[in-house]
Amino acid sequence: MRAIIAILISLSGAAAMGAETGYRLDRSPHDPTDLVSLQSGARTFANYCLGCHGMQYMRYNRLRDLGLTEDQIRDNLMFTAEKVGEMMKTPMSPAQGKAWFGVPPPDLSVIARVRGADWLYTYLRTFYRDPKAATGWNNAVFQNVAMPHALWTLQGERALQDGKWVQVSEGALSSAEYDATTRDLVNFLVYAGEPSALKRRSWGIIVLFVLGVLFIFTLLLKKAYWKDVK
Amino acid sequence: MATRLQALWGWFDSRMPSVAEQWRIHASGYYAPKNFNFWYYFGSLAMLVLVIQIVSGIFLTMHYKPDANLAFGSVEYIMRDVPAGWLIRYIHSTGASAFFILVYLHMFRAMLYGSHREPRELVWIFGVLIYLTLMGEAFFGYLLPWGQMSYWGAQVIVNLFGTVPFIGPDLALWIRGDYVVSDATLNRFFALHVIALPLVLLGLVVAHLLALHDVGSNNPDGVEIKKTKGADGHPVDGIPFHPYYTVKDLVGAVVFLAIFAIVMFFMPEMGGYFLEHNNFIPADPLQTPAHIAPVWYFTPYYSILRAVPPLFNSQFPGVLAMGIAVVILFFLPWLDRSPVKSIRYRGGLYKTWLAVFVVSFLFLGYLGVKPTTVWGQFGFDAFFLDTKDRATWAARLFTILYFLFFFLMPWYTKRDKTLPVPARVTH
Repeated sequence: MRAIIAILISLSGAAAMGAETGYRLDRSPHDPTDLVSLQSGARTFANYCLGCHGMQYMRYNRLRDLGLTEDQIRDNLMFTAEKVGEMMKTPMSPAQGKAWFGVPPPDLSVIARVRGADWLYTYLRTFYRDPKAATGWNNAVFQNVAMPHALWTLQGERALQDGKWVQVSEGALSSAEYDATTRDLVNFLVYAGEPSALKRRSWGIIVLFVLGVLFIFTLLLKKAYWKDVK
Repeated sequence: MATRLQALWGWFDSRMPSVAEQWRIHASGYYAPKNFNFWYYFGSLAMLVLVIQIVSGIFLTMHYKPDANLAFGSVEYIMRDVPAGWLIRYIHSTGASAFFILVYLHMFRAMLYGSHREPRELVWIFGVLIYLTLMGEAFFGYLLPWGQMSYWGAQVIVNLFGTVPFIGPDLALWIRGDYVVSDATLNRFFALHVIALPLVLLGLVVAHLLALHDVGSNNPDGVEIKKTKGADGHPVDGIPFHPYYTVKDLVGAVVFLAIFAIVMFFMPEMGGYFLEHNNFIPADPLQTPAHIAPVWYFTPYYSILRAVPPLFNSQFPGVLAMGIAVVILFFLPWLDRSPVKSIRYRGGLYKTWLAVFVVSFLFLGYLGVKPTTVWGQFGFDAFFLDTKDRATWAARLFTILYFLFFFLMPWYTKRDKTLPVPARVTH
């Protein structure tokens, strides 16, 4: 009974914003029709993310959607599976993840549908050095996140001092190049969240066209029948 | 060929004449008023959506796994690996919201033109029962994707039954089949969603239509067309439902399907209202989300629940208020004492109160999807302020207005200055 009341009270009370810090999100410039960007994002994902985060609902051979052949997928992206029809699983077990980071790294199959592209695009670009954090990293969008900055060799180290970004050390990429890499990665995450999205839109146009034609005929039919209704 | 078919039909008809008889009673010989307007599409459209939901639901059932460990993954499997599975799933998820939009518009039509008034009280009562069953159907179905919102939404709603004095905790336990929402709950909700409630819905729709066709349809003028019959014994202002309204509803169906397709193909999540963002996180019994909001079609009632302050540490008053807010709909035909049915001949009082009701319902719905802090807090303190959230106080105001619309109805509908009703429908 007490638990019920607690839940009800927490519902009726103010909802906490949780990890949301109110940091202004940048608009993600990703383009779901850009195959080059999607392929680049898939490469970044396989190289930098897949070590900890799986995509347990995504099959490797589905990446043919991105204009890749099965051989290209096998040679360039498949580090964690034997067969090209397998799911993109991470080699890290949830127990290992919990031991190393405190929480198992979440599966990223549908992360873009949970967080949205803007959140991901901003989150991946706002890691900063924080000596107080266990991993040495903190994030402006997701305070006290358990994840360290996986892309820091690309972005370099940055610090957040009194709300201002300071570049502590240079990474392999310039700031603009890093933004582009993140955009591609977000593009891929958005694609993976709903691989049928492009197909859905093209079907939609056909269906609307058919319904448009049908509308004309049904309207004429109705008019013909209703002529004599005074 | 034509004569062969006619012979076949003759063979069939002589053995089972009730098919032609039913067709005559309910379609070709059912005389409906000729002045139906825009508001009269939503009944047939709701039936169309019922069919869409049943058919798409059957295909979903072929691939969905009602198992706490597999449910979430099976939905993603449908979205990714089942051919056109994403299409079926989006049809079903968009259909759920569309169903409520249509039913709300259909009910509002009744309030506009007095379709619930004598002699159509039973039509209305069956309609409210359909609405209640639909709420149950939607609630049970929403658990099935087994995301965080599914899980915690079910947890919260089952806990509402737990607030009933004395029997509450046992009742909640009986509904869940476990101490928390679990695999047992998922299995029974699946059974209720795919078998029990669809059967009840179909039965109620049949009852709704039979009751309607016995008394005849109302119309935007609220005039009884059966009172003015021609030499042929048919109402002068009536036209056979088939072919006139079948072809008219066909146009409505195409327009509706086009809007449906725009949502389904281009914005299936509808900004997080038709498919909630947090429901793409698998259910986690150990992690309560910070903000639990029901799907949009329940939020007016959810707002009422949140608005009513707890009494002796129990939320039961809120639950009771929420229940009354729905059940009071049954009494609408008797609360309304106006001599006229249609809003066209009603006076300013009813029009004002109906507007107040609509505004309250919409604001309650809006506030229900937002945290109570959405409008900030009052800057002052007072002994009666149990909460300083402005939105909670706004919800309280709208809750009171919502109930006043019903409770004061006998008074204001009687006092209202009405216009004379014409003997026949206007065109």
